[in-house]
This record gives sequence, C-alpha cells and structure tokens, in this order.
Amino acid sequence: MKLLFERSVKGRGSDILPEITTGSYRPEAKYLRQSKMHLPEISEVDLGRHYTQLMKQTHGVNDGFYPLGSCTMKYNPRVDEETASLPNFTQIHPLQPVNTVQGCMKVLHKAGRLLCEITGMDAMTFEPAAGAHGEYTGLLLIRKYHQDRNDTERVNIIVPDSAHGTNPASAAMAGFKVVNIPSNDKGGVDLEALRAAVGKDTAGLMLTNPNTLGLFDPNILEITRIVHEAGGLCYYDGANLNAIMGRVRPGDMGFDCVHLNLHKTFATPHGGGGPGSGPVGCKEFLKKFLPCHMVEERDEFYYFADPEKSMGQVRSFYGNFLVVVKALTYILTLGKKGIPEASGKAVLNANYMMHQLKDHYHVAYDQICMHEFVLSLDDLKKETGVSAMDIAKGSLDFGIHPPTMYFPLIVHEALMFEPAETESRETIDEAVKIYLDLFEKAHSDPEYLHNAPHHCPIGRPDEVKAAREPVLKYEFND
Amino acid sequence: MGRYIPETVSEQEAMLKDIGYTSIDDLYSMVPEQVKLKDLNIPEGKSELEVLEQMKEIAEQNIVFRSIFRGAGVYAHHIPSIVKTITSKEEFVTAYTPYQAEISQGVLQSIFEYQTQICELTGLDVSNASVYDGAVAAAEAIFMTLERNKDEILVSDTIDPETLAVIKTYCESRSVKVTLLKNRNHLTDLEEVKKNLNERTAGLYIESPNYFGLVEDVEAFAGLMHENKAKIIEGCDPVSLAIYKAPGEMGVDVAVGEGQQLGLPMGFGGPYLGFMSCKKELMRKLPGRIVGETTDHEGRRAYVLTLQAREQHIRREKASSNICSNEALCAMTASVYLAAMGPEGMKKLALSCYSNAHYLAEKLNEAGFRRIDEGEFFDEFLTVSPVDPKLLEEKLAEKKILSGLPLDEGILWCATELNTKDKIDELIAAIREVM
Repeated sequence: MKLLFERSVKGRGSDILPEITTGSYRPEAKYLRQSKMHLPEISEVDLGRHYTQLMKQTHGVNDGFYPLGSCTMKYNPRVDEETASLPNFTQIHPLQPVNTVQGCMKVLHKAGRLLCEITGMDAMTFEPAAGAHGEYTGLLLIRKYHQDRNDTERVNIIVPDSAHGTNPASAAMAGFKVVNIPSNDKGGVDLEALRAAVGKDTAGLMLTNPNTLGLFDPNILEITRIVHEAGGLCYYDGANLNAIMGRVRPGDMGFDCVHLNLHKTFATPHGGGGPGSGPVGCKEFLKKFLPCHMVEERDEFYYFADPEKSMGQVRSFYGNFLVVVKALTYILTLGKKGIPEASGKAVLNANYMMHQLKDHYHVAYDQICMHEFVLSLDDLKKETGVSAMDIAKGSLDFGIHPPTMYFPLIVHEALMFEPAETESRETIDEAVKIYLDLFEKAHSDPEYLHNAPHHCPIGRPDEVKAAREPVLKYEFND
Repeated sequence: MGRYIPETVSEQEAMLKDIGYTSIDDLYSMVPEQVKLKDLNIPEGKSELEVLEQMKEIAEQNIVFRSIFRGAGVYAHHIPSIVKTITSKEEFVTAYTPYQAEISQGVLQSIFEYQTQICELTGLDVSNASVYDGAVAAAEAIFMTLERNKDEILVSDTIDPETLAVIKTYCESRSVKVTLLKNRNHLTDLEEVKKNLNERTAGLYIESPNYFGLVEDVEAFAGLMHENKAKIIEGCDPVSLAIYKAPGEMGVDVAVGEGQQLGLPMGFGGPYLGFMSCKKELMRKLPGRIVGETTDHEGRRAYVLTLQAREQHIRREKASSNICSNEALCAMTASVYLAAMGPEGMKKLALSCYSNAHYLAEKLNEAGFRRIDEGEFFDEFLTVSPVDPKLLEEKLAEKKILSGLPLDEGILWCATELNTKDKIDELIAAIREVM
C-alpha cells in the first residue's frame, strides 16, 4: 500500500481555512524556517480513500473475536461515543472559570464516587492517562506516605514473577527497587517467599488479583496482612478487575490503593493503543497525597481543591476527560445489577472456552479460572515443533485476533485467552472449533503453521531486520 | 441491565450446565466468603435513551463560549470534517495496540506516517508513536538526556506551569535535581543559564514560544549547552513550526510538544497527545512505542513495532519508561489533520494565528490593555489590565466571550484562526462597555 507521501502531488489540497482578515502582520525573516516541511499534498477524496484502505488492514473488536488476554477487549458501546462527542463536553477549555464547567466537574465527581464504590476506595483521581501511568501515580502515593512518616528506609516494592512488565517498570520510575518473588505451584503468591521478602525496607506490594494466570488468589487476605504487618502498603493493579467488579472489592481485600483501566474494564475503546484512562483510587489515609485538581462538592457546587500534601501533577489538567465521559455512560447504563452480571459472564465465558479446549491443549493451571486462562503449548511444541506463535499466527487466517502470546513469563509457550463477556456462545464455539482444527493441523502439517498466516495482507514481518536497520520514517528525495 | 451481554439468563444457565456448574457463583469459590460483596451500592442501570438524556443534562451545565481568547497550552481551532470522519472509523477506534502486525498494517502504517510528519515539523530524525500529553513528553525528554554523573536539569521559569508541575513530579521520583531559572522580561536569561550550568548538568528545557507567548533565542541556548556537553530540549508549538525555525535547524537535541492543536477538541483537558522527536543518536533512549519499516518473507513492505528492547514488556524494571498504552488514535488524528491541511494549509493557519493575534494586540493596546513585553510573539501575549481581570472575565462571559487568562503578571491573550477581525472588533466593543 502506498504511503500518504507517495500519494502527494505538488499543489493539491483542500480549502479548509478562509483568507486572513486582519491585515498583513508577518514575522521578520530572521525568525522563519528555512528547511522544507514535507507534508502530503493530497485531495480530500484521495485522503479519505487512503484511510479507508488502512481501515481494511486493521482488526478491531467489531471485526471479530478478540480474546487478547489481559487486555479485556469487550464491545465498546456506541452510546458512550455519542455522549463523549457532545459539543458541550468537547468544546470546553480546561481553563474556563469553574462556574462555566460545572457539567464537566460533575462528570469527574460522579464517576469518582461510582468507581470508589466499585473498588472500595475513598477517593479517586482521573489525572493518569493510562494503566501504567496509574501505576506510577499509585506508587507515588506509597512513596509520599512513607516519606511523610520519615520512614525513608522503605525502598522496596515487591512484585510477583507473574506480574505485567509495567509493574516493575513503574516501580523503578517511582524511585523504588524491585523485589521479585516466585509464584507457588497453584499460580498464586508463595506465602513463604512473601514472608521472607518483607521487612523494614518494604514500601509495598503490587498485585493483580485475579493474577495474570487468570487465577484468584484465595490467600489474598493473608497476603495483604503480611505486607501490612511489615509496615508496607498494598497496591492493586486493576488490569483484571473485569473478573470481579461488583462481586469483590480491592478495598475489602486489604488493598490501600488501586488503579483502573477504563479502557479495559469500563468499555472505553483502545484506539489502536490509546487514549486510555488510568484513574487511581485510595483509602482515606492516602487522600492527602493525591494529585492536584481534586473535584470537591459543596451545596451542589463543584470546585477544585489541591490535597494537603499533594504529590503534584502527573499530567496536565484533569486527565483524559472525554474517556471518563464514556466510562461514566457505561457505568450508568449497567448499574448495580449489570456490573456484576458483566463480570460473571466474563468468568463464565473463560471457563466455558477453557473447558472445551482442555482435552487437547494443556491448561497451565487446571482449575476454575476467572476471566482469562493460560494454555501451555510446551508439549505440543516438543511433539510437533509447532509453537504458541505458530498457533497464534494460524488463527489470524480465520479472522481471530490471537490471544496474548508468551505471557505470563512463568508459563512456557503460553497463550492467554480472555473471551470478554460481550462475546456470545456461538462466537466462542466457532473459535474453539478453529483452535481444535489448528491442533490437528499441528500434527498433520506443521510446516503450514510455521508459515502462517497465509491470507493476511502480509506474512510474518522480519522483526530482526526492523530492529537492526531501523527505518523509522519516510525518506524524501528532495 | 447488563445490556451488552448477548445471551439470555437461561442460555447462560445452559452454558454453565455444559461445563458442570449450576450458578455463576460456583465460579467464585476461590473468593473468601467474608469479602464477597453483598450489595453494590450504585444506582440501577438505565436504558440507552435515559442515559443519553441524563448525560446531555449534565453536559448542558457547561457553558460553550462563542468566542475564545484564551490559550495557555490549549487552543481552539477549526477541526476539518474529514478528520472527524476518518478517526471515528470503528476499526481504528476499537483496535488494540498493533502487536499482531499481519492484521494491523493499517494502524502501523498510520503511526509510521505520523512519525514522519512529526520529524518533518520538528526537523529532527526520529519520532515515537506519542506519549500521554505535552507535559509528560517534556518530563520523558528530560530522562532521555540523563547520563551517568549528569543528573541535573535546568528548566526555564517561562514554561507552561502545567508542564513544570509534571516535570517536578517526575524528576523528584527519579532523584533528578531541577533548577528553575529566573526569567528576564519573561524571556529565558542567558546569564542565568550560564550561572547555573555545571558538570552535572544534563540539559536545559525551554519552550518557544514560551508560556507568555514570546519566541526564545533557542540557538543561543543550544550552542551554550553543547559547549558544556549538555543537551537542549525544546517544547514547541506545532502550529508555529509551519513558519518559525524548526528545532532541528537550531541544534535542538529533543523536541517535544502538545499535539492537541492538530485536530483534537479541547475536551476539558483531554485526551491529547505528547509528541517527541530527537536526533538519531538519542534514538534508543526514546520512550514508548516506535514503528519501523521492514519486509515480510515475500519481500513485501511491512510495518512493525520495533526497538522493543527499550520497553517495559521486555526490560521490566530496566526499561527506558513504563509507558505502554500511548495516545494512538490521537496521533492518527494529528496525522490526518496534517495531511488534510497540507504544507500550505499549515502555513496559512500559522499566519492566520500570527496575524489575528497581532491585530488583537494592537486593538487591545488602543483600549488601554498595553502589552507588557517587547519581543517577538506568535499567537499569545501578555497585557496589563486597566480593569479588574476577574470582573472583565465575568462581564465578557455574559456575552459568551472567553477573555484572556488572568495571571499574576497581567492577562494572557490568545488568538487563532477562529478569532477573525469581526470577532476581535466585537471583543473590543464589549471591553469598552465594561470600562
């Protein structure tokens, strides 16, 4: 497919702006740029067609099954898009006087209260723009808490070996040292390892529950107790909240702060990798360290207030506001029954799918799973040479977005499936049939799968070449 | 109401039965009884019609201004219809990060095109796929300049206060010392930079045009920093780059900025995007996702996420940043916007902003709102206020006009292509009424 720049013809374009009406003010020559700025010169019709072609080479939730583990690719309701497009939200400048933005502030306040109830927290900031950004913010809360108590020795954040890569990376960015602890044979936190790891240097624990194996850790109360007794705080990574929302709350499990991914659990679209939104909630005792611009209410008037010992800001203004509008619309639609129904169906879908695959594929931890489950294709690979990558790429030919591959790191040849609640039984049945056919194919014609996909716009790209000889932009001839 | 679940309750029961369970609660047997939630205390769900009405009612509690003379980091611009149409295509909206290149060429190619356009705007070699916003881009750029034994950063106090707040938070957590440089007439002071430079200085962060709208002498600062083996980061206004000297022409090492102006609505602060570009030698220090060109096994051109050895999912705690999701759809929006405007459109846009702002400054001056500073400005400038700025703001708001931003130093005014001569004359008439 041609690039925008390869479609460019000198002199073409659209008339978007009127002529200048204010006279002939121009900057002096010494300020002007000399170098040419190559932007595409393209008619509106050709521009539209260019992106329609790109669209056809993009797979979204509406194109088909998207069981990408840990990413919660649920259906993105259209009414959420509509409310976020209301001009009375989109055309608001963030620095307008507060009496002219009461609607926006109400959105933040209302969404905050609802999410506090869902998570069992007391306060919520919407400043973080994505999950990893939320992790960073939550960890800064922990850091501020210990600093405020002059407890400066607490420099370690404990992270299980099944954690998302963002956990240790966020901890490092927040100025902590990372202590990795192993999982036990049931996929949960190894309590002995945890007891050995905690001490006077423990700032906190970061945990995803259910974890990245899709397993709810039954020892959760013991885990948070061990950390608290050692003087540390417990951070809940909300990446997998979709399994338990409306049924169990992080706050009740002993967590002190939490981040949510509105673009996972609360159905806002992923946009090809953003914008997301990663609000952070905390218990009362951490509230005074939250970022600036908290929305407070008095006599139905909303105003901004900076917490007493605020960490400052992690992003400009108030976060990805329009994403919050979408999530609020979603929560109001589902309500008190719809929220636990969604989590329950997500868990049902995962167990239903796992059940039908497990006679052929090896389930890494064969027990009731939550909203996702992990297969290990180690045996299949030894037997046939067909890897997790090969099966994943094979599924592409059937219009299925592959599951998450090679994660979590503690499972060899891992494939992690998350069939979100909005997928129907028929969709899952069809997908199961495809994965069972691929299993057969692995035995009958492994070579075919090594070369998959066969029917996509491109075959497997040469990633080594991309990294060794980086071409990161189009090179113009003039 | 659980509206987005396809199956009826009895169908769900049949699914449960097929796998040997009787109720969904059976699947939560691992959850300790004492923490199971008895009652989720939020309102009952509602129909689409009711929710839409409720959200509209909330939205109507905001005031949309007809005429906006306020910028300070966020700017009202016209968004071409084609931009909205393209970026609301469902495939783009609902896709995940393009890890599976074979079915994601559309998103990957669009990011590659975005990276190219950002490099063209800034005159630099490499761009990433975006970060959360302009303020975070500045903070991440500072981390790029750090080296062993170089862990201090100089920051001009003429930068956007939102950006400064984020820089302070990020740098504190990584124990990077930030020295704030006092301005001279709202411009960064070369003497002040010299005075604070030392062998531990990793770099200088300045913005041009700065928060007060003034164009800084970036080249002079770049020279000084390079003489001292330090880097220079410029925060820039992407619209102004269509006419002003590009960072790459002035020796800048890393150029960052807020991309909101490139086709994104003001949206009460977001989502926006932070753009980042740098010289080639800093390529492996760029945070976040980067798309590269390669080929597939048949030699066809293909795009992939590349240089992933920098990133958190590979390097974990040793990654260059923790960033995972960025602002991909916003980056695509910026890319479509730049393509729709084209080089001539962008130039016309920049000159409109420039010309309207200068006309505004002249008319305000006649009305007694004298400009405080002297130097070159783009589309924002600071004036004194002969009346109480808060009163002025209030009175203009009654006419649905958003005044310049009241600051301690005066009023910060802004004009874009939307503030045409008629709109400015109307503002001036309204101001005269207040006086």
